[in-house]
Amino acid sequence: MSLALTYAFIFILAMFLGLELIRRVPAQLHTPLMSGSNAISGISIIGAMSLAVVGDGGMLTTILASAAVGFAAVNVVGGYLVTDRMLAMFQAGKKRDAKKGGA
Amino acid sequence: MGALAVILFLCSGVAFIVGLKLLAKPETARKGNAVSALGMLAAIVGTVVQIIGERGESFSIESLTWIGIGLGIGALVGVPAARFVKMTAMPEMVALFNGFGGVASLLIGWAQMQQALEIRSGANANIAESETGTHLVDVLSAVGGGNGHFVAATIVAAILIGGVTFSGSIIAFAKLAGKISSKPVVYKGQHLVNAGLLLLAVACGVAFAWNPGLFPVVYLVIPIAMALGVAAVISIGGGDMPVVISLLNSYSGLAACAAGFAVGSELLIITGALVGASGLILTRIMCLAMNRSLANVLFSGFGSGAPAATSSGEPGEKRDANVLSPEQAYYILEAAQSVIIVPGYGMAVAQAQHAVKELTQLLAANGTEVRFAIHPVAGRMPGHMNVLLAEADVPYEQLVEPDDVNPSMETVDVAIVIGANDVVNPAALTDEASPIFGMPIVEVHRARQVFTLKRSMGSGYAGIENPLFFLDNNAMILGDAKQTVNALVDAFKAD
Repeated sequence: MSLALTYAFIFILAMFLGLELIRRVPAQLHTPLMSGSNAISGISIIGAMSLAVVGDGGMLTTILASAAVGFAAVNVVGGYLVTDRMLAMFQAGKKRDAKKGGA
Repeated sequence: MGALAVILFLCSGVAFIVGLKLLAKPETARKGNAVSALGMLAAIVGTVVQIIGERGESFSIESLTWIGIGLGIGALVGVPAARFVKMTAMPEMVALFNGFGGVASLLIGWAQMQQALEIRSGANANIAESETGTHLVDVLSAVGGGNGHFVAATIVAAILIGGVTFSGSIIAFAKLAGKISSKPVVYKGQHLVNAGLLLLAVACGVAFAWNPGLFPVVYLVIPIAMALGVAAVISIGGGDMPVVISLLNSYSGLAACAAGFAVGSELLIITGALVGASGLILTRIMCLAMNRSLANVLFSGFGSGAPAATSSGEPGEKRDANVLSPEQAYYILEAAQSVIIVPGYGMAVAQAQHAVKELTQLLAANGTEVRFAIHPVAGRMPGHMNVLLAEADVPYEQLVEPDDVNPSMETVDVAIVIGANDVVNPAALTDEASPIFGMPIVEVHRARQVFTLKRSMGSGYAGIENPLFFLDNNAMILGDAKQTVNALVDAFKAD
């Protein structure tokens, strides 16, 4: 039981940490924050990987878990790239304005 | 090897925390995303190190084949999706990705149970007709780490939350992509059905946690969770999608968290909780922007009813709105000193952002001050308008929030409403009977002149009539937003 309690302990602290981290986020960043945190939720990939090792729990386990690896990988790869693409757009706009201001 | 894996996991967790912190500030957001991506890489490498370390001599590279296939397919789908998705299609893409996160957690929960079943049947192979239930508890305890009943409960939680997130996100995706109607679907006894489904799923979970020997009930949880996700999102209208997407975002994190409990991974628990919290914050921001409670958004079937009968004016009274052609509007715009543009979902649908940007440049060249007033829930996801305008290279300095412009609205010569409706509806301020009463709006009705670009005279998503259209200082410019804006641009150029 103590391990379950430890996990619950970690979970609750992490929730509060998360709430504190992004308390004030400007509207401009709402979408990138969402797609970025989406990529982070792809962290389930590590749980999926550890279950997908062949030979531990039979073939069905491996198939289910590697499907999970695939879905989570789409999340990770797609999520980070699309967030970067969006943020690059914001930055491109900023740089050009700065140049204009200097000219 | 074990220590190395733990160090990598620790680095990964720190990178996610630092990355999220940086991601919430405009100057550092891009760096934050990169830091968090590095954290993900560390987590994946750490997992491989852990797998190798745990198996020692018996490790073979072939045992990782399926992981490689999964990673490869995921990357093959993810890269082009991220590269080629149109910015106007971002809401449905985010919805779909949320769904993928959900289904991954569901599959992890299922795989974890499957693994326990396999191990148990392996252990019981030599013992004839042994008592099975108690054994599964022990196996679950061994594979998940911790109390077997607790592991069983978290497996069901991962499947339930993951399944709801998955099917709910697919419905949200279909609504946003226009594959199904974005109108809320409501029927009698809906809440009863939803509550019944949830209770049934929880009952299955309790049964399985109580006695894991009853494992077949878990297979029942999968379809129930799917049905619950569909039922929950189908009753929510298109205009409330910013809340739904934020909430599903949060769920995808919590599902990962549950999967972390089930497989005994601290990093998964922490990271899932971070995502869950960030989704909750966005959900709260969206709810505040609409002045509605989360419960009201989720359960009211908002916008499904008949248009509010008590909008200002006598029922049945015929009122006429002023209608202008783009050419007529041009003469007013040309003389304007100060212009505010209020974009909404209609601008995204018409893909008018580039034309709008060109118009603002011509206005600026004409000596007019131009600002965009962005309502937090304009569009279909948090920050939707910001992304579209950034794509069109609109300078960030031109974007302001409703609170920044409302106090000085009387000094604005022209307010141009492009495909927005409810976020400029003055009934939210004056008409207590209006369903959106109390929602903060962009108060364009106090500007000297309002142009409303709209496809037709129909009401907004909520079916609420907009008294703004009938005010003396408002003029409708009917037609496709992009064509209308282009006509204005042409008029400026012809001058």
